[in-house]
Amino acid sequence: MAKKIAYSSILVALALILSYIEALIPINFGIPGVKLGLANLVIVIGLYFLNTSQVFIILITRILLVSFLFGNMSAMLYSLAGGIVSFTVMFLIKKIKGFSIVGVSIAGGVAHNIGQLIVASLVVENMKLIYYLPVLMIAGTLTGMLIGIIAQQVRQHIHL
Amino acid sequence: MKTILNKKDIIFAAGIMLAALLMLICMNFGKQKAGTFIRITVDGKEYGVYSLDKDKVIDIDGELGHNQVVIQDGEAYMNEADCPDHYCMEYKAISQKNETIICLPHKMVVEVIADNSEGKESQVDIIAQ
Repeated sequence: MAKKIAYSSILVALALILSYIEALIPINFGIPGVKLGLANLVIVIGLYFLNTSQVFIILITRILLVSFLFGNMSAMLYSLAGGIVSFTVMFLIKKIKGFSIVGVSIAGGVAHNIGQLIVASLVVENMKLIYYLPVLMIAGTLTGMLIGIIAQQVRQHIHL
Repeated sequence: MKTILNKKDIIFAAGIMLAALLMLICMNFGKQKAGTFIRITVDGKEYGVYSLDKDKVIDIDGELGHNQVVIQDGEAYMNEADCPDHYCMEYKAISQKNETIICLPHKMVVEVIADNSEGKESQVDIIAQ
């Protein structure tokens, strides 16, 4: 139990740092708000060596902390939506045989963006936002692939 | 140290990319014509429809905050906003049909429409002219 809490705390701290670093890097993918998703690295790796409920708690804790510390409260809804959709899809894809951690991460990246787009469409009550779907899918695939490759490298070097 | 991409990963990623590209092609098919009006909606309700032909500064004061949309040289952009993230001000100027600028914290959407049959040019606007 103590080990479990210690691991979770370290990973929440790591995810927080990654969120902070991400906020410092001004990467513009053409659509305001599209980002790399560095903090998802922790979740992707976590899915491979911690139990699911533990990773979920890390995810929710990270989102709440980031929103309170550096973010604004209106962004929290989108973070939660994207995070939970992404987590669920990654959990399901991981269960399918034949996908590596990179594939799981790609699915997570795309799902995150779709989840956020759906919530945004509902909030502004305008279905024209669907025009962002293809670009968000491409962005999600690319960022997910990058995070997945990093996750794979980390897993090869850290044996947990 | 090597990156291992399984066959399924590659098929999956390629499938998403292909689907996205197909959608892009379909969406751009009817988009060649430039739009002539912009419609501003706040919280799902229409705020006003404005012609892109006339330069104009539009102040929108909703319950959630203030935004200023500027129409200049046939394009519209977000000039000012008091929302927390200012993402809306990072959008490039819009002029093509179905292009949008979104201010999520203020639940505001600026969209380009082809003609004003989708909504009447607001009365206030006509009087102001």
